[in-house]
Amino acid sequence: MNLRKITALASIVILSLAMVLTGCQAAPSATSAPTATTAPTTAPTSTTAPTPTASVTTDPGTTAAPTATAAPTATTAPTKAPTPKPTATPVPLSGTLISAGSTALQPLAQQAATEFMALHSLVSVTVNGGGSGSGLSQVNSGAIDIGNSDVYASEKLPADAADTLVDHKVCVVGFATVLNPGVTGVTSLTQAQLISIFTGVTTNWNAVGGPDLAIVIINRPASSGTRFTYDKYALNGAVEATGIALTEDSSGTVRSTVASTPGAISYLAFSYLDATVTAIGFNGIAPTADNVKNGTYKIWSFEHMYTKGTPSTLEQAFLNYMVSTTFAPQIIALKYIPISQMTVLTH
Amino acid sequence: MANPPSRKVLGRINLYYWKHENLGRGLVTGFGIFLAGLTLLMAGFLAVKGLSTFLVDHVSPLEFLFSTKWSPDADVPAFGALIFIVGSILISTLALLISTPFSISTAMFVAEISPNLGRKVLQPAIEIFVGIPSVVYGWIGLSVLVPFIRRSFGGLGFSLLAGSLVLALMIFPTITSLAADAFRALPTDFREASYALGATRWQTVRKVLLPAAMPGILTGVVLGLARAFGEALAVQMVIGNMIRIPGKLTDATVNLTSIITMDMGNTATGTPWNDVLWSMALLLLMISFLFILLARTTGQKRRSLK
Repeated sequence: MNLRKITALASIVILSLAMVLTGCQAAPSATSAPTATTAPTTAPTSTTAPTPTASVTTDPGTTAAPTATAAPTATTAPTKAPTPKPTATPVPLSGTLISAGSTALQPLAQQAATEFMALHSLVSVTVNGGGSGSGLSQVNSGAIDIGNSDVYASEKLPADAADTLVDHKVCVVGFATVLNPGVTGVTSLTQAQLISIFTGVTTNWNAVGGPDLAIVIINRPASSGTRFTYDKYALNGAVEATGIALTEDSSGTVRSTVASTPGAISYLAFSYLDATVTAIGFNGIAPTADNVKNGTYKIWSFEHMYTKGTPSTLEQAFLNYMVSTTFAPQIIALKYIPISQMTVLTH
Repeated sequence: MANPPSRKVLGRINLYYWKHENLGRGLVTGFGIFLAGLTLLMAGFLAVKGLSTFLVDHVSPLEFLFSTKWSPDADVPAFGALIFIVGSILISTLALLISTPFSISTAMFVAEISPNLGRKVLQPAIEIFVGIPSVVYGWIGLSVLVPFIRRSFGGLGFSLLAGSLVLALMIFPTITSLAADAFRALPTDFREASYALGATRWQTVRKVLLPAAMPGILTGVVLGLARAFGEALAVQMVIGNMIRIPGKLTDATVNLTSIITMDMGNTATGTPWNDVLWSMALLLLMISFLFILLARTTGQKRRSLK
């Protein structure tokens, strides 16, 4: 009996030790794996570095083709973009694509995946959330094919890792400053006013033409892509004061908190705006898609899809579909802005 | 089983014995070992990820534990987690202070005062409490408690108080069940001896049974505290996640679990920011281990008391 106990105990210890050891080995190898695989991919990326922008501008025009053709090969044929072998072999697209990352881009990517799979019956596209950082780390480690991100990879990943990823800008998303509906009389704020509010200098709405009501700042977490974009373009990179702002995990909770908290101010992507919050202008310009397109409204960013190195034929076909004229109505319906409609591409 | 009906022997293996003893025992042992291994594996994984903050990114453990400066996105990042640690401790302790009197009273009622009503009404009610998902607690807290606190006590509503109240409700069933078990486990002799001395029922419960059941109750309290420490979702929804140490009950604050859930998906693996979140997870695990150890030692005291 005792002997049995001892052997059982010993086996538990040995087994768990072994597991822990493999765990220890697995963890560093996971981090070292990308560096090992970067070697072959760095070469193509450095040469194809300008291509992402090229594909962005050329694709919308060229991809009228996929609508007419049921034969999927036509989709790959017109790509002037970085497909390594631009051969028009009549092989239907097949395979599996896994995409994950930004939750802001997720609904749109999901919609694109559904439609893309309807066009190409042999293709399976999976879209997951997880956050921009998670999407970028996963595409970098090779766990997924496409990493969705609200921000440039260089903002999240170490420089050497970010260099191995190829950026594909798929749409534009605008962000609006939102107020609790109880804050009346404020229809637009200037950059200086916003900076003053978010750094905690202005603390009452009556300083900016509103009622005598304390300002309650509601932030996204410091790692959020939405917050990053807002800080960069609305606050001109001013460091938001910590310790005076509530933080909400997601855009959905930001909206409900702003709607229910008197004096609240926050920021939301256009896709999250509804009647429960008041969206206000920036420097006198209303937060509308048209103002983003013509370049007068400055708070917007690109949504990115990153691939590890040059995209495969399948990846490229999906990326092309995302920016195609076929898909543009869906982008508009979900309150994003197709890149093809932007008259300015820089802030 | 003294005389098994048949004894087929295959080589040196007794097939009957193998089928009716070794197979079942092996299966059960296997699952047990698997689970024990899994726990250790997770602990090991967390340790490797969590320690890389200090070993790879060279963040000083002292800074991590005792600095209130948290600016992971700054040019010169600072990774002081003290605000989150203090937040976790404050919320859990307060939840425990609110919950324990209710739990012990309910346990006394269920086990001693009215076992019949307890079994028929209170016990099922407590079990239902356990089954409610934490997001529901959080949602009710957000839509009922937060506006209530804002109206009654001022402030934003999102507060230490809101978080503690929600948590108190969540750990109430844990403490109550374990405390009730502790009362029920007491020998009937205790009650009879007390009554024989002329004590009333309340005197018996208060002066004899409560002290005798105390180690078991403490086990419940410690496990409740462990749950409170680890709860993420419901608390995060109502505390406001303001990165500062609260000055009063109606101030918003933040805790370890909230900052982990908020930043985990948005930071990239291998960056110092991400590693620090793993370190916080490791800290939570260590605290939880400590609590379990504490619960086990208090439980052992009970055994030695008998």
